Amino acid sequence: MSPAVLESKAAYDIIKERFGDAVSEFDANPTMPFFEVLDASRWVDIALYMRDNSLLQFNYLACLSGMDYPEEEKLGIVCNLECIGKYTHKLAVKVKCQRDGGSIPSVSCVWHTANWHEREAYDMYGMVFEDHPDLRRILCPEDWTGYPLRKDYKVQETYHGIKVPY
Amino acid sequence: MGLLDAKVSNRNVLVTSVDNVMNWARLSSLWPMGFGLACCAIEMMATNASNYDLERFGIFPRSSPRQSDLMIVAGTVTMKMAERVVTLYEQMPEPRYVLSMGSCSNCGGPYWDHGYHVLKGVDRVIPVDVYVPGCPPRPEALIGGLMKIQELIRMEGLGISREEALKKLAEKSVDAQQVLDQTRKAAIA
Ligand code: SF4
Repeated sequence: MSPAVLESKAAYDIIKERFGDAVSEFDANPTMPFFEVLDASRWVDIALYMRDNSLLQFNYLACLSGMDYPEEEKLGIVCNLECIGKYTHKLAVKVKCQRDGGSIPSVSCVWHTANWHEREAYDMYGMVFEDHPDLRRILCPEDWTGYPLRKDYKVQETYHGIKVPY
Repeated sequence: MGLLDAKVSNRNVLVTSVDNVMNWARLSSLWPMGFGLACCAIEMMATNASNYDLERFGIFPRSSPRQSDLMIVAGTVTMKMAERVVTLYEQMPEPRYVLSMGSCSNCGGPYWDHGYHVLKGVDRVIPVDVYVPGCPPRPEALIGGLMKIQELIRMEGLGISREEALKKLAEKSVDAQQVLDQTRKAAIA
């Protein structure tokens, strides 16, 4: 493992010790080491712990992207977390939910950046973020049909009487 | 035929038709609606900048649809924006002209296949008089398009509708390949 991954591993170990089976094993890939939150209901606790623990201080949510896993019947998010200031460790966290009608707890109260990012993920993939203060579409028009970045997305024929496909 | 080609007698009397004067006035002070949608708009701004000097044609962007007579649709029209573009168009007084600038606005551009969010051609919502191809078109191309609009205005008149003027313009069309060949030959010579 490179020094950077070792740093992330050290951070992960602290989280694993606190949350045990709620988080998966560590994936030591050199591009972006990550772990998965297996018990999505504890996601906000984990997020708060990662932000506030003095040895972790993941105070910067660099990105939050949506994912579609049709073969697993799931949707998910990937959060890229970093520490600005004291440490240089980085970790990505994955959280998944059911593809149909699934929901993920919102972390917009933990990192304010998550607010718009979660709206975007909702707009593109259609998962609901529980307790999000303002969960509306952000890129597509509000009355758009379907979720464009799902792998089985089919574009609608017309929008307000305007033909959509070429 | 320009106004200066009209007969001027030796007593400084200008004899011409009302049509001619009206059209000359309209085409010499075109006010495009000042809005841009995507990267093409940068090229449109460059065209309006001092080194291309559009004001020599009397063309200067106007920030209100109520006083604009030309709409330059510069760039990607998303489905969300399409209805706003229509609103702006409807707020413009007649006679009004539309110039569609760039592949996106002409036909969806790079998004024509997979872009679920892009209007595949602004002519799906408003009528277009002149299309300028390119991604993005250079300022020279836009100026060429603007001059086409001016030609169109010159051909319109009492009893001559827009359709007839467009037909007349089409008769005068030049083969693009021929122009390219000529330019190349001239460049080599
Ligand atoms: S035609 Fe090309 S340059 Fe113009 S808006 Fe589309 S992508 Fe941008």
